[in-house]
Amino acid sequence: MKVALETNQLIALAMKQIEPHVVAAYPITPSTEVVQEFSQYVANGDVKTEFVPVESEHSAMSACLAASLSGARVMTATASQGLAFMWEMLHIAAASRAPIVTIVANRALSAPINIHGDHADAMGARDTGWLQLWAETAQEAYDNTIQAIKIAEDPRVRFPMLVNYDGFTTSHAVETVEILEDEQVRSFLGAAPKPKYSLLDTENPASFGVLALQDYYMEFRRAQAEAYKNVKDVVLEVAEDYAKLTGRKYGILEEYRLDDADVVLVAMNSAAGTAKETVDYLRKQGKKVGVLKIRLFRPFPVEEIRCALGNAKSVVVMDRAYTYGGPSGPLFEEIATALVNETNKPLLGNVIAGLGGRDITMEDIEHVFDLGFKALEKGNFEPLVSWVGVRE
Amino acid sequence: MAVINIKSLTDLGPRFVGGHRLCAGCNEGTIVRQVLLAAHEYEVVALNATGCLEVTTSVYPYTSWNVPWLHEAFENVAAAASGAEAAYKALKRFGEIPEDKQIKFIAFAGDGGTYDIGLQALSGALERGHSFLYVLLDNEAYMNTGIQRSSSTPKFAWTTTSPVGDVSPGKTQPKKNIVEIVAAHGVPYVATASPSHYVDLMTKVQKALSYDGPTFLAVYSNCNRGHRNDTAVSIKVARMAVETNYWPLYEIEEGKYKITYRPRKPQPIEEWLKLQGRFSHLMKPENQDKVKELQDWVNSKWELLQKKEEFSKTL
Repeated sequence: MKVALETNQLIALAMKQIEPHVVAAYPITPSTEVVQEFSQYVANGDVKTEFVPVESEHSAMSACLAASLSGARVMTATASQGLAFMWEMLHIAAASRAPIVTIVANRALSAPINIHGDHADAMGARDTGWLQLWAETAQEAYDNTIQAIKIAEDPRVRFPMLVNYDGFTTSHAVETVEILEDEQVRSFLGAAPKPKYSLLDTENPASFGVLALQDYYMEFRRAQAEAYKNVKDVVLEVAEDYAKLTGRKYGILEEYRLDDADVVLVAMNSAAGTAKETVDYLRKQGKKVGVLKIRLFRPFPVEEIRCALGNAKSVVVMDRAYTYGGPSGPLFEEIATALVNETNKPLLGNVIAGLGGRDITMEDIEHVFDLGFKALEKGNFEPLVSWVGVRE
Repeated sequence: MAVINIKSLTDLGPRFVGGHRLCAGCNEGTIVRQVLLAAHEYEVVALNATGCLEVTTSVYPYTSWNVPWLHEAFENVAAAASGAEAAYKALKRFGEIPEDKQIKFIAFAGDGGTYDIGLQALSGALERGHSFLYVLLDNEAYMNTGIQRSSSTPKFAWTTTSPVGDVSPGKTQPKKNIVEIVAAHGVPYVATASPSHYVDLMTKVQKALSYDGPTFLAVYSNCNRGHRNDTAVSIKVARMAVETNYWPLYEIEEGKYKITYRPRKPQPIEEWLKLQGRFSHLMKPENQDKVKELQDWVNSKWELLQKKEEFSKTL
């Protein structure tokens, strides 16, 4: 079935179809409508979900965590300062192996305050242990939302997951998308798998959130780190099942005209669409360019990235966030780490673009590919990091 | 509601067991046992804010909790209780746990986690009306981090961040009235208690648990490390807090005040102060005005409480 909805409304619809047991959330631009629309489904009796309109994002994640450890299927939505305010609880939720799914309409962090698209919020969560899916379009955001539940709750995974899409550029855009029937979503997901231990199991009392010091803390953390190795297989299995249902195929990455590309742009979320258009345009001029779009950012798909960039001569990583005081944007750091020990690695450069909702145009992308070609001529990226579309 | 019979209660299986690392003489273990024993008729899920009780009772691979127990963080036990209660309601509605399964949620937090860093989460949970009992263990400072002042610390008390010096007599601000703040949310049951008056405490727990809604019990909890008293007199200090009317025992049930214990002959505040090293500077002759100030504060609060009780009778 095709619908034309604003992405936030579409995601609220996906949540209605998922019908989680508990949604605890706090409004924040540009994700507010997700919660707002969902609360209408609750008010209409379309879902049996217990909606907890908490007094802050910190409490949203705290309530989600307790609900998840009680065996409930749990969702929330936030952005920007809201995700930052959850930061403490994000770590605790991941380490507690609570499969909460959080919708994030990615937005810039203050200061100055800004409500528009930017990846600083989710990048700030990259060390918290949450899994992360990223979406170029409304369709992908919808499909990722449904798949995220199944990935997060899989007994081999049991980690919480962020479902990212760009604030305003995507969140407030109306696109025609293909949706499933409610019944299809529910049978695809099935019942939430019961956790081994539940907070509500009074017959078998367990202690959650215990103290572990020098003698055990490191083993807890080592075990957690190991568990991410299971995630990629589950992501691919779920994608395969989803493709059978919908015909829409998803992977870890999306490779766009990479086979013979000399210069490759790495991008996430909506800018990847602009980048693909630009690639088509430049290809007509005979330029060998391509785009690598990251769908699964956490766990970071090191092997897949090595493989995808294996033939490239020059790679420009586009970050829509910056590591202030650091060497580059965050995505660049990770791509560079993935390639560090490769023998025939491409030249690597980083561009910072689109902060605070600054438009990333086809001209910007063309300029970025130019930087990649110039680096090939000169033998290196100089400077390593360039800011694009900014008044210097 | 059953009559409290301590002897029969001690025959029940322990829900909070020994071997924990609370300090000798700490009131908290005693209070938790009293609370959980009073709740013996119910299935209980306990939640705990970060603090002394949490760190001393869950040292991996051990636990003192023979009921399901969750600790998340410092400032959010009321939000955690909200989430657990929401899941309980939802799972019932979805038919995934039996309709007749009854669980009571009991949250434990110190004064730091309640008066200060956790006040917002507490207020939110009270306003939303989640069904849970919140037990405040009020030892009047951040004892877990080493005796730093909180907004519950009484005026003139020494703490490591309200030290006594040549120009400062200890904490310079009076104790915040958390009971009134909680009561202002219009929740059905709010009460104070002390482990020295355990029948009163346990009766209040049972009353609180009989309500379907947020309830609150503020329990005075002596910390011999922070209050600077001998471990052997910790319950005596708690008793003296009641006998001096520093910590009056009362309840606010559906908006009506009732004093549940009236000292036959209220003791001067000095009788409580002098037991505790945190007030030792007040025992100097030049600080008698400060003792008087505390006595006046206690008296005025006690008078106001009695007036509220009187007024409640007209409602």
